[in-house]
Amino acid sequence: MAAHNVKHALFCAVVTLVVAYPILGLNLVAQGTRVGLEGADASTIIIIFLASVAVFAFQLYRDTIMASLSKAPRLNPLAGREPMPQARRVKLESWVLTGIIVLALFWPFFVSRGSVDLATLVLIYVMLALGLNVVVGLAGLLDLGYVAFYAVGAYTFALLSQYMGISFWMALPLGALFAALFGLVLGFPVLRLRGDYLAIVTLGFGEIIRILLNNWTAVTGGPNGIGGIPEPTLFGMEFGRRVKEEGNTSFHDTFGIAYSGEHKVIFLYLIALVLAVITALVIRRLMRMPVGRAWEALREDEIAARSLGLSRTAVKLSAFTIGAFFAGFAGTVFASKQGFISPESFVFLESAIILAIVVLGGMGSQLGVILAAIAVTILPELAREFSDYRMLVFGAAMVLMMVWRPQGLMPMRRTHIELKRQE
Amino acid sequence: MLDVQNLSMRFGGLLAVDQVSLDIQEHEIVSVIGPNGAGKTTVFNCLSGFYKPTGGKILFEGREVQGKPDYKISRLGMVRTFQHVRLFNQMSVVENLLVAQHRHLNTNLLAGLIKTPNYREREKKSLDRAAYWLDRVGLLELANRDAGNLAYGQQRRLEIARCMVTEPKLLMLDEPAAGLNPAETKELNQLIVSLKEDYNVSVLLIEHDMSLVMDISDRITVINQGRPLASGTPSEVRQNDDVIKAYLGEA
Amino acid sequence: MQDLLYFSQQLINGLTIGSTYALIAIGYTMVYGIIGMINFAHGEIYMIGAYTALIAITGLATLGIAWLPLILIVALLCAIIVSSSMGWAVERVAYRPVRGRHRLIPLISAIGMSIFLQNYVHLAQGSRNIGFPALIDGSFRFGSGEGFQMSISYMQITIFITTLICMTVLSLFISRSRIGRACRAVSQDLGMANLLGIDTNRIISATFVIGAALAAVAGLLLGMYYGSVDPLFGFIAGLKAFTAAVLGGIGSIPGAMLGGLILGVAESMTSGYLSGEYKDVVAFSLLILILLFKPTGLLGKPEVEKI
Repeated sequence: MAAHNVKHALFCAVVTLVVAYPILGLNLVAQGTRVGLEGADASTIIIIFLASVAVFAFQLYRDTIMASLSKAPRLNPLAGREPMPQARRVKLESWVLTGIIVLALFWPFFVSRGSVDLATLVLIYVMLALGLNVVVGLAGLLDLGYVAFYAVGAYTFALLSQYMGISFWMALPLGALFAALFGLVLGFPVLRLRGDYLAIVTLGFGEIIRILLNNWTAVTGGPNGIGGIPEPTLFGMEFGRRVKEEGNTSFHDTFGIAYSGEHKVIFLYLIALVLAVITALVIRRLMRMPVGRAWEALREDEIAARSLGLSRTAVKLSAFTIGAFFAGFAGTVFASKQGFISPESFVFLESAIILAIVVLGGMGSQLGVILAAIAVTILPELAREFSDYRMLVFGAAMVLMMVWRPQGLMPMRRTHIELKRQE
Repeated sequence: MLDVQNLSMRFGGLLAVDQVSLDIQEHEIVSVIGPNGAGKTTVFNCLSGFYKPTGGKILFEGREVQGKPDYKISRLGMVRTFQHVRLFNQMSVVENLLVAQHRHLNTNLLAGLIKTPNYREREKKSLDRAAYWLDRVGLLELANRDAGNLAYGQQRRLEIARCMVTEPKLLMLDEPAAGLNPAETKELNQLIVSLKEDYNVSVLLIEHDMSLVMDISDRITVINQGRPLASGTPSEVRQNDDVIKAYLGEA
Repeated sequence: MQDLLYFSQQLINGLTIGSTYALIAIGYTMVYGIIGMINFAHGEIYMIGAYTALIAITGLATLGIAWLPLILIVALLCAIIVSSSMGWAVERVAYRPVRGRHRLIPLISAIGMSIFLQNYVHLAQGSRNIGFPALIDGSFRFGSGEGFQMSISYMQITIFITTLICMTVLSLFISRSRIGRACRAVSQDLGMANLLGIDTNRIISATFVIGAALAAVAGLLLGMYYGSVDPLFGFIAGLKAFTAAVLGGIGSIPGAMLGGLILGVAESMTSGYLSGEYKDVVAFSLLILILLFKPTGLLGKPEVEKI
């Protein structure tokens, strides 16, 4: 054991103490108008101390630990096996996917209203994450203001319904198109910026839009938001107890069943499900099309892509616009589900959550992103005490993923392309 | 076909390229050689549109192209490789060739989404062309490997194949033999000659090692410290006093 | 005369805020100059500095110590030590392992770190904003008793002088000390510096520590100036400081100072003559415009794309 090692380990342990103790161990508490200081309880102090000891031990034996870790047998027993033949895998995958979709179609009829509501939210996040996956995962453009397009979709619906009485079905394409237009207009000037500048500029745009929504009180209602956003109808049938719109009928009267609040929740869930599936299919298709390959080429090597005749602006803009389009989709569904929206729902944190989903799932990988969206939305609901720690864990997970597994939990798999020898 | 007149490129106070002129006729292999740091790659970057030259003219098939954006120059039929191979590493070998054929993205989005017959036809054509060129450079068996996992010599050949699927008129190769062993270099030279003979492309080569290009070049331009030193047939250049001095000076 | 006083008031407010932006911006610009990444968590380091200073001040008050210079010096030292340690640890944990990978990866890691630190403080200290005692009271007043009175508070003067001292010390440090010279060498060419036997890892750590220390100073000053802190305190300030760094030309230390002052004045003019609500919009718009039309900033060097 070199003396140098001990010194370094000691230093790391002290830094751990310095970084943890003042913030965790001493709590500021408001006492009337004054501020007082309280020591944290004993368990916190012990944890801080233990953490520092752990850091010391780890740094001391770092080389040994790292060496044994890399030698340790793979925990995943499937890791070493041969990949399945292409044809069989595709078949299996499509069966599994169909099964999941069928299950998802019937599942809401057997569970509580709360679960269905949560599932709708999950699906909205799936749409958002799939859309952002195009921008970040495929095209490699770090968009930190993605939530702005989500807001544009939601506000388009809210405002159109408030001022022009437009229905959900009309608003759905309009919201998405309007968000896409926004993406196009905002994207055009900024997309020639380098990656990290782009991230900051999109973040700035996101904030500007939120601030405008907050302050343009005359139109957007400011922080009070907009309420009374209509729910979707099914061929002119409404799901409320009483019909609100002239000319519509109500769902329960038409079918002669008793009114139930659940109908509406399930109907919204099904709409979200269909839209999420459409989103996934369309993006899946795009990935295998010239435009999708161009996105990836630009992510991999922009200079090489340009040298082959790809226009950087056109390729980036297409990714940005398509990503925004699906955010607008999700925004419209969200507005309809909540019935009320305010700038509160469109803060930077929301962008960060969606980004975390994409990063955790595996940039570019659709299945990974879908699973991550489900996990990230449901886990905090399952363990309520966890929800306080949610963002802490997300932040830590993003760092850890980048350090250990930047390709994500389920990395993207390339499609196999059969070629015939040419004469 | 390519006519470069008095090309100059200045970075701040540094004149990296000073009044370089060269021309390439159809069906010709022309090499630009010079010691390291002579400004060869800068010339290339100006020709391919990555840099905007600060002086001079570049005429391609009679049209002025200096200062045009890189992707437009490439679409005219001047396509280049890079000194340090630039592949799309995480994409498969065949995808690298497909991307190169997607220069015109207006392969209508909707047509692709619903797979119109026309779209399928075009997709099949690009696949066939990719297969042909992979076979030609001996990479067909590796078509579904990640490009980044290929051996260095294979990456070099893939990069050339990627240019060829765009059906260029002028191929510009930046030190294609760098990092290759003598056997691979010989193979590469044969490939380059065959590109000219069988596929009717002109080739502009950059190389700092003169001996590599002597046999295959029709004409050679030598530049040193950004300035043109000599030009002519390989044998003329070989006997030029200035060239000998520059190269001996370097050695 | 009234108008002039009002204008001068805005100018002074702007310069005050701007000089603290400059202090934070140094951290961004130095890190960017050396390893070419945006240290997204820098705003959080500054926020932690403010919290630590407040904890130290409150702790001293509990102990019954009331001598102002002692309180300020202890608070400043505590803030610097904790923030610097944090800066060092963040680089070690989140940035060093991903250095040299695809450009997105360090950036996402930094965003993760920023979210983590924000919530770390949020969980430990609560999400509400906590009052920061106004230790330095009073002001000089100008103008007649009737109309608008311009005031320069002692706090503003303190901020100004402290910033000036910090900047002077930093400039001397960079130009005279061994580490400072090594810093400049590394920012010129990291690989070359490495070959010449400079321990680049140590230099990179040092930049993070220096940046964090200056952010901690800004944390104490702005905490006192605004009168409260909360876990989100660092997020917007970080963005503003980044804007300042870009405005001045990222990688350039004098640029960061200039950028900070310009941004501060632009903001206070907006609040003074338009509305306070839109001052953030002005800052972000300024950022976007600069990046679009002069991405090298006012004092930055042009970057040649390497092919």
